[in-house]
Amino acid sequence: MRLTLEGVAKRVGAATHLYPLDFALQPHAVTVLLGATQAGKTTLMRLMAGLDAPSQGRVRVDGEDVTGRSVRERNVAMVYQQFINYPSMRVFDNIASPLKLRGDLDRAALDRRVRELAGKLHIEPFLDRLPAELSGGQQQRVALARALAKQAPLMLLDEPLVNLDYKLREELREELSALFASGDSTVVYATTEPTEALLLGGYTAVLDAGEVLQYGPTAEVFHRPHSIRVARAFSDPPINLLKGRVAESGIQLAGEVRLAVRASADAPALEGDTPEAGVTVGVRASALRVRPRSGDVALTGRVELAEISGSDTFVHVAAAVGPLVAQLTGVHYFELGAAITLYLDPSQIYVFDARGDLLVAPQRPGAR
Amino acid sequence: MNEARFRWRTLFLLAYLLFALLPIYWMVNMSFKTNQEILASFTLLPQQFTWANYATIFTDASWYSGYINSLIYVAINMVISIAVALPAAYAFSRYSFLGDKHVFFWLLTNRMTPPAVFLLPFFQLYTTLGLMDTHIAVALAHLVFNVPLAVWILEGFMSGVPREIDETAYIDGYSFPRFFLTLFLPLIKSGVGVAAFFCFMFSWVELLLARTLTSVDAKPIVSVMTRTVSASGMDWAVLAAAGTLTILPGAVVIWFVRHYIAKGFAMGRV
Repeated sequence: MRLTLEGVAKRVGAATHLYPLDFALQPHAVTVLLGATQAGKTTLMRLMAGLDAPSQGRVRVDGEDVTGRSVRERNVAMVYQQFINYPSMRVFDNIASPLKLRGDLDRAALDRRVRELAGKLHIEPFLDRLPAELSGGQQQRVALARALAKQAPLMLLDEPLVNLDYKLREELREELSALFASGDSTVVYATTEPTEALLLGGYTAVLDAGEVLQYGPTAEVFHRPHSIRVARAFSDPPINLLKGRVAESGIQLAGEVRLAVRASADAPALEGDTPEAGVTVGVRASALRVRPRSGDVALTGRVELAEISGSDTFVHVAAAVGPLVAQLTGVHYFELGAAITLYLDPSQIYVFDARGDLLVAPQRPGAR
Repeated sequence: MNEARFRWRTLFLLAYLLFALLPIYWMVNMSFKTNQEILASFTLLPQQFTWANYATIFTDASWYSGYINSLIYVAINMVISIAVALPAAYAFSRYSFLGDKHVFFWLLTNRMTPPAVFLLPFFQLYTTLGLMDTHIAVALAHLVFNVPLAVWILEGFMSGVPREIDETAYIDGYSFPRFFLTLFLPLIKSGVGVAAFFCFMFSWVELLLARTLTSVDAKPIVSVMTRTVSASGMDWAVLAAAGTLTILPGAVVIWFVRHYIAKGFAMGRV
C-alpha cells in the first residue's frame, strides 16, 4: 500500500489546520507522526483515512486518486485516543464486527481469528463481557484487536496509549511494536512523545503548527534534525538552546565559554557561510554531565530546580551561558542555589544558523 | 438537634405528600361512591362502595371511545414525532451546516408558542383539506409541539455519544442505515424513551386543539369529560371514575421510563 499526499491542505473556516504538503508514506513500515498537540497530527491522519476531505490537493493510494472517496470504500483501520468500542456489543462481537461485515470468513474461521487476536492482546478471558465492564487498558486492547482484525493495508493509530497509565503504556507499547513488526500493514502512529517515536523505530515525520518539518528514518531524524523546530519537537526534556557567535575555530558563547567545533565535513560550512554571524547551539539535556571527561567544556551555574522523574534527575541550572536543563541518570540531590559545574563534550552539540537550519550535528560512531 | 431536624423534615415531607396526593385521593374516593353520597355527605371512604361508575365508562361507547380515540392519536403522534426527530436530531448533533444553530433555536420557539395561536390556522386548513374530526388531524397538529421537543431531547442524548463511534463503524464498513439501527439506536434508547414519554405527556393532556379539531368520530377523552353536564345535572361519580382512568396511562408510561428520565436529567436535557 503506497499512500501519497500531493499538495494536501486542510482549512476549517478561517483557520488553517494543515498547510499544503507533499507526503509519501513509507510502505509496509511504521511511520510515527510526532508533534505537540495542535500540530496537525490528527488532521493529517483523518485525511489519510478519508474521514475528512482535504481543502485542496490529492490523496492517492497505489497511484489511484481516492481524494473524495468515503472511508467506507477504503480499506483502513483506525484506533483513537479515546477507547472507542461498540458499547452494546460483547467484546467478541466488537472484534468480529469488521470481519462479519466483510463476510468472507465462515463461522469457524471467524471464531478462530477473533480468539487468536484476543490471545495476542491478552483479552481472551473477557470475550463475553461488554466493553464497559473492562478497564481502560483492556478497552483499548479491544479497540486494537478490532483494528487488527481487518488486516487493513493501512492502519492508523491516533495517540492510542495516551489515556493509559504509565505502566500499562510501556507494556502495550512493546506489544504494539511486536505486532507491527509481524504484520505487513503500513502503520501510522501519532504521538506527542519523542521517546515513543524512538521506541517504535521505523520512520518519523515531525509536525509543528500544521507543517511536516522533516520525514525520514526515526534515528536519522533524531540525530540530524534539519532545524531548531525539529530538534525542539524531537526532544524531551526540551533541548537547551544557547545563543552564540562563530569565532576562530569554534563558537563563542556567553560567559566567555568557547566550544571548539571539531573539524568535520560540516565544519567548513560553519566557517564559510556565517562568519561572525549569530548561531544557536543545541545541547540535549542528556549530553550534560556532572563528571568531567577529557576534552569536556565546563559550564558553571547555580541550581534553580531539581526534579526527579523515574530514575533520572532533571536539574535546571542558571548557567553563565544561559539557562540549562541537564538530565542526569540516577537520583541526585542538589541544594537549591548551590553552585554546579556541568560538563559537555563539544562533539555532542548541534549548531543551527541564524535561520534555524542545521549546520553541525554530533557525529555518531557507527553511523553512515 | 439532629433528631429535631429529622422530625421536622419528616413532618414537612409528610405534609407535602398529603397536599400532593389529596386531590388524587379525593377523585379515586369519589369514583367509588354514588352521586347521592357525594352530594349528601362528607365521607373519607365510600359508604356504599360501587363499581357502577367504572362499569358505565367501559360499557357506554360515548365514554370508552374517548379513550380509544385519545390513545390512537397519541400513538400516531408519538411514532411520527420520534421517526421525524431521530434523523433531525442526528443532523443537528453531527453536522454543522448553514444556520444550524438558528434552526435549532427556531424549532424550540415553536414549543414556546401557546397552542391557541395555532388554533385558527389549523381549523381553517383542516376544514379545507377535509381532515376535521380525524385522528390524524390531532396527531399532526400536536407534531408542531412534540417534534421540536423530541429533537431537542434526542440531540442531547446523541451528542453524548462520541462521534468516533460513528467513524469507527464507517471504517469497519457499516452502511449508514445499518449503523444507525443496530449500533446507534441502542446507545440512545433511553433518549428515545424520554422523548416518547414527553410526546405522550403533551399529546395526552392537550385539550384545546384536540377538542377543536374533533367533533364525533375522533373525540378525545379530555373533551368528553368537559361535556358531561346533562339535563339531570352533573354526573360527579362517573366523571371521577373517568378522571382516574385518565391518569392511569400516564402512570404506566412513567413507570416504564422512570430510569431513563433520571438519565435524561443527568445528561442535562429534559
